[in-house]
Amino acid sequence: MILKVSVLAILRNKMRSFLTCIGIIVGIAAVISVLAIGKGASTMMVKEISSMGNNLVMIWPERNRRGEVRTGMGSGQTMTADDAEAIKRELGHLVSSVSPTINVSCQLIRDNRNWNGRVSGVSYDFPEIRNWDVSSGRFFEEHEQRSCARVCVLGNTVKVNLYGDDEDPVGTILRIGAMPFRVIGVLSPKGATGWGQDQDDIVMTPYTTAGRVLQRSRFRAINMMNVSLISMDDLDEAKREITALLRQRHKLADYQDNDFDTRDTTEIMNTIGSVTGLMTVLLTAVAAISLLVGGIGIMNIMLVSVTERIKEIGLRMAIGATPAAILWQFILEAMVLSTVGGAVGVAAGVGVAHAIGELQHWPIVVETSSAAWSFVFSSFVGMFFGFYPAYRASKLNPIDCLRYE
Amino acid sequence: MGHLIEIRDMYKIYAQGEEPVHALDGVSVTVDTGEFVAIMGASGSGKSTLLNILGCLDTPTRGSYLLDGIEVARRSRRELASIRNKKLGFVFQNFNLLPRMSAVEQVELPDLYLGRLSRHARRARAKELLARVGLGSRGSHSPAELSGGQQQRVAIARALMNEPPVLFADEPTGNLDTKSSVEIMELFTQLSAEGITIVMVTHEDDIAAYARRHLVMKDGKLVKDVTTP
Repeated sequence: MILKVSVLAILRNKMRSFLTCIGIIVGIAAVISVLAIGKGASTMMVKEISSMGNNLVMIWPERNRRGEVRTGMGSGQTMTADDAEAIKRELGHLVSSVSPTINVSCQLIRDNRNWNGRVSGVSYDFPEIRNWDVSSGRFFEEHEQRSCARVCVLGNTVKVNLYGDDEDPVGTILRIGAMPFRVIGVLSPKGATGWGQDQDDIVMTPYTTAGRVLQRSRFRAINMMNVSLISMDDLDEAKREITALLRQRHKLADYQDNDFDTRDTTEIMNTIGSVTGLMTVLLTAVAAISLLVGGIGIMNIMLVSVTERIKEIGLRMAIGATPAAILWQFILEAMVLSTVGGAVGVAAGVGVAHAIGELQHWPIVVETSSAAWSFVFSSFVGMFFGFYPAYRASKLNPIDCLRYE
Repeated sequence: MGHLIEIRDMYKIYAQGEEPVHALDGVSVTVDTGEFVAIMGASGSGKSTLLNILGCLDTPTRGSYLLDGIEVARRSRRELASIRNKKLGFVFQNFNLLPRMSAVEQVELPDLYLGRLSRHARRARAKELLARVGLGSRGSHSPAELSGGQQQRVAIARALMNEPPVLFADEPTGNLDTKSSVEIMELFTQLSAEGITIVMVTHEDDIAAYARRHLVMKDGKLVKDVTTP
C-alpha cells in the first residue's frame, strides 16, 4: 500500500519523474553498454589465445639491439634449431614437444596461378602443439622432417587461392620459389587473429626443409619456437630451466642479459586481464559519478515534492502516521524513482550495446552480475539521496503542515 | 470512573518577540464520554490552540492532560501519532482529503497506519462507514468529483475508521454553504446520539447551537462553560 502511494505520487508528475530519472538512466545505460562491449572483446581475445595452443611457451631470439637499427621480434640470429632440439632432449620431464619455426616469404606457383605466401618451417608435432588439425590429407611425419623431405601442408587461404574451392590439392606438386614440393595435406581453417592477421595464409613444411632447401642456410637459425609443456603447473620451473639451458648453450656470462625472450599464454591473458581491470575501474568511476549526479537530481525533486505535499504530510500525521512511516514513504518514493531509472538504464544499455555490436560486428556479452549490480546500486542511491528529504518531512510539525498555505 | 478528557492548569506560551504570548493561560476543563462540546471565541482567543493540544497535535508548555485516564501531555512524537491514530478522529475546515485518491481509499487510511484489519475487512468497513455518512454509492469517486459537503462526509467517515472515542472538528462547516452545513451538523448530532464524543471549534452561533455544551474562550482563558439540558 505504501508502495502504491509512492507509485501514485510518481505517476502524478510523469514528465518530472522521467527527467529526474534521466541522470540515472543515462549513467547506468552508458556503463552497461560499455561493459558489455568490453566484456565481449575480452571474451573473444581470451578464446583466441586459448586456441593458440596447449600449455604454450613461445621463445624468440633477442632483437638486434646494437646500434641504431633495430629489427623486429624474431629477427635475431641467436637461436638455432639445435637449441630447440636440445630443449626437447634435455628437458623431457617438463616439455612434451618443441617446434622451431622458420619463416620464409616465397612465391608459390601452381600451373598459371601465383601467390605470394608465407612459408613456415615447423616440426612434425606442430598440429598437436597449436591445436591445429588437417582437414584433408595428413601432416608430415618425423622421418620426413629428418630427411628434409620436400612436402608441404597448405593453409586454407592458400589452398583456395591456388586451387579454388573444389579441387583437392593433396598429391599435386606445388612450386615454392624454385623448388617443387608435394602437397600432402590441407590445414583446417583457423580464421584471423584478433589483430587481423589471416592465420590461414600459410604453407607449412618441415623446418629442416625450410632451412636447408628454402633458405639455403647452413646456420640453422630459427625465428622462434613453440614449446609445449606437459603441465601448466610447471610453468615457472619450465621457464627457469629453459632459460638456464639456453643461457648455457649461448655461453652467456652472468652479467649478460638473456639473448632471447619467452612469453606464455598466461602472461598474455594477464595483460588482457589488467587492461580489462583498468577499464572496469574507470567505468566504475564513471558509474559512481553519474549515480552521484542522478542521486542529487532525485534529492532535489524529493525536496520539492515534500514542500508540495506538506498538507498531505500534515494530514497523514494527524490521522496517525508516525515520523518513521512518513520517513519510509518518501524514501520508498525516491527508491522507486531510482530503481525504475536503473531498470530502464539497464534495458537501454543492453539495447545500445546490441545495436552497436550489430553495426560494428563486435561480440557483445552482457553479464547478469553487472546488470544486477546496477540495479542494486541505483536503488541504494535512491535510499541514500532520498533520506535527507524524507528525514525533513518526518521532522515536520503536523500543525504547521496543516496550516501551511 | 474518570473523565474521558481531563486537563488541568494548562498553559501554552509562545516566546514571540519581547512579550511572551499566553495562547492558553491556565485552562482546566473535563469532558465526559458522549458529550457534544463546542469551543467558541474570537480569533486569537486560544480556541484552536486548545483544540490542537486536546487533539495531541501540539504539546502544552505546562499542565497535565489525561486522555482516557492516560497522561499524554509529555509524549514523544511517535507515541502521540499512535494516540491520534487509535483514540482520536479529526475533521478539518478544508476537509484535507488527499488528491487523486478514491473516497474508499481515503477512509481506509487510518487503518493502514494501525494495521488492525485485513485488506478485505478494511475495505468492507470503509464502505460501511461511507454508507453511514450517506455516501454509499460514491466510494470510487475522487475528491475532485465530490461536492464540498460530500468531501466533508468522506473526512468524517475517515475520522471514524479506527473507532476513536473522540472526534475533533475544527470549523467543520467553515467552507460549506448553509444547506451542506446543516447536513453536516445533523450528521454530527446523529453520531453524538450514537455515543461518540465530539469536540468542535466554531465561531458561528447557529453551528454551536447543535452542541449541548458551550465553552467560550477569551485571551487564553476559559470564561464560560454552559450546558443546555
